[in-house]
Amino acid sequence: MRTKVEDINRNIYDIKNKDNYEFKIKKGLSKEIVEEISKQKNDPDWMREIRLKALETYEKLDLPTWGPDLSELKMDNIATYVKPKSDLNSSWDDVPEDIKNTFDKLGIPEAEKKSLAGVGAQYDSEVVYHSIKEDLLKKGVIYTDMETAVKQYPEIVKEHFMKCVPINDHKFVALHAAVWSGGSFVYVPKGVKLDIPLQSYFRLNSPESGQFEHTLIIVDEGASLHFIEGCSAPKYNKVNLHAGCVELYVKDGAYLRYSTIENWSKNMMNLNTKKAIVGKNAQIDWVTGSFGSRVSMLYPMSILNGENAKTEYTGITFAGKGQNLDTGFKVIHNAKNTSSLVNSKSISKGGGSCTYRALVRVSENAKNSKCSVSCESLMLDDISRSDTIPVNDIRTDEVTFSHEAKIGKISDKEIFYLMSRGLSEEDAKAMIVRGFAYPISKELPVEYAVEMNNLINLELEGSIG
Amino acid sequence: MDKLLEIKDLHVNADEKEILKGLNLTINKGETHVIMGPNGAGKSTLANVILNNPEYTKTRGTIEFEGKNINSLSADKIAKKGIFMSFQSPEEIPGISTMNFLKVAKNKVTGKPVKIFEFKKEVEEYMEELNMNPKLINRNLNVGFSGGEKKKNEILQMLVLNPKLAILDETDSGLDVDAVRTVSKGIKMYKSKENAVLIITHNMKILSELKVDYVHVLINGKIVTTGTDKLVKEIEKDGFAKYKKAEI
Repeated sequence: MRTKVEDINRNIYDIKNKDNYEFKIKKGLSKEIVEEISKQKNDPDWMREIRLKALETYEKLDLPTWGPDLSELKMDNIATYVKPKSDLNSSWDDVPEDIKNTFDKLGIPEAEKKSLAGVGAQYDSEVVYHSIKEDLLKKGVIYTDMETAVKQYPEIVKEHFMKCVPINDHKFVALHAAVWSGGSFVYVPKGVKLDIPLQSYFRLNSPESGQFEHTLIIVDEGASLHFIEGCSAPKYNKVNLHAGCVELYVKDGAYLRYSTIENWSKNMMNLNTKKAIVGKNAQIDWVTGSFGSRVSMLYPMSILNGENAKTEYTGITFAGKGQNLDTGFKVIHNAKNTSSLVNSKSISKGGGSCTYRALVRVSENAKNSKCSVSCESLMLDDISRSDTIPVNDIRTDEVTFSHEAKIGKISDKEIFYLMSRGLSEEDAKAMIVRGFAYPISKELPVEYAVEMNNLINLELEGSIG
Repeated sequence: MDKLLEIKDLHVNADEKEILKGLNLTINKGETHVIMGPNGAGKSTLANVILNNPEYTKTRGTIEFEGKNINSLSADKIAKKGIFMSFQSPEEIPGISTMNFLKVAKNKVTGKPVKIFEFKKEVEEYMEELNMNPKLINRNLNVGFSGGEKKKNEILQMLVLNPKLAILDETDSGLDVDAVRTVSKGIKMYKSKENAVLIITHNMKILSELKVDYVHVLINGKIVTTGTDKLVKEIEKDGFAKYKKAEI
């Protein structure tokens, strides 16, 4: 573990490429801008109509009246579409040098060779690389960028696009639907089980811009998939915006594991929306690590619509100086014998703020359901914040429900104990924090678990006196 | 005689209250010292303050180790100089196995890379001597260990880190007869002419198998008398009443 820590190149995430776009739309949001994006993307009419309708909805909806302060976000200063100087490629050799270098440094092509069944890589607003292993193609698995899906599989997209997450869900969903660009589309046919994961990586390079990728995944009956999503951006002084949308359909008897490592730079407003509709005997597991961004509002939701549907949420949030990370999990139990298990941890330091905000709803027909929630917070100093705001709406008596919350400061006694064994104060704190995070980090894909430990060390460096 | 530890006129506060009130103590290589005293006399404070636990403030006096003032060194630096403390209530640290922790500690204290295969063998041998369940080595540090297992784990760390001075803060408290005997055995294994032990205890049993050089009675923040192991027997019989009166 130590050698890896010492070997880390701390500048990986912060490498800024020149803002070398082919086309960057003018800042702000208007009907003309949305129409221009639609034109640039050669949308079919039905998609253009969705965009325009979504813009109307956006204008009608108010900003959330709760949660972190979003006043720094001015849509007039954000370019919602930045087309990189690259087409969609199926070979890394064809990706322009500067873009390819960025993904090289993030370790994407290497991970692809070693441990992935397919990769998508988005740079600013467009996907620049997509690949899938030959044998999966033969089994009928589809893994492509969202634009290709709109054109090649319009019926599937029409049936599912913005149906799991309705356009009027909240203001930033409406914004997303109006200006979305890029993202991945996955279809796993009935009974097909992928034993190695697919991964999409989203990189936002352009300053004062937004990324609005759309991820649509359908895991058909009895099929199984592990999907990994990674995201990062270099740091700028001005605000960037991420308002992605993830729609997941886990059909009867299917399994989906959705892992995310979010490492946006600290000028990012991360206002992301993720939902899954889960069928009979099906299961979705969310594994989430949130480390970056200035403000995050992110609450993945599982809607358990089929009997015996299951969901697990395993999440960790790490907020440092100047960060306000408002995250959590929502679950709707809509059928008999459904179950949910939540294990959330948060770490705050240097005045950072972590909020665990959650909803558990058990409807009247969800008899014999089970829900167990555990959330723990660790504060590394006296100036940081941690809050837990759970909402439990349980409409039947025939349910087993438990909620456990623990908020605590890092223990001086533990630090002293470790220091008495020769560890410096920094090493002692890092060991305690890694130990606290371990139950979560062990669930992350292995490269990301290493990355998380590195991030913890990075975050703790220089945090002492 | 080689002087290891020398404490002069040490005054220590905890939460603004004076706990140690002018304590003097000298420990040389090869010696075994025992500190006894009633509850609240300042015994654990003494152990903690030698390692510079930030919960305590030194208001006067000096602590020297091998001739150097260590008053303001942090605990990790003191550990690197060769002082070890066995904790009264060892902390539980999730997420790191006992074996990995021992490796990290050994590496930090010595500043040298640890030869994994040899080291593992050494640890396993010590564990066998200490009658420890070999499975504990893969469990997280002290997490879910019984009281006795935690204390044995402290003795294991002492053996592995092989300090110049080991301070045992009530390592025997709460242990059954067999475990006390095991701890005592561990101390004997560790002890050599080159190092020293300071045992803080209420319990006479741990001392019965050890050769004790000095016994100090600590009352109300000061050492009121120092004697040989005969003093242990006397206190076992009569308690601290005599010394408490003298103090008043």
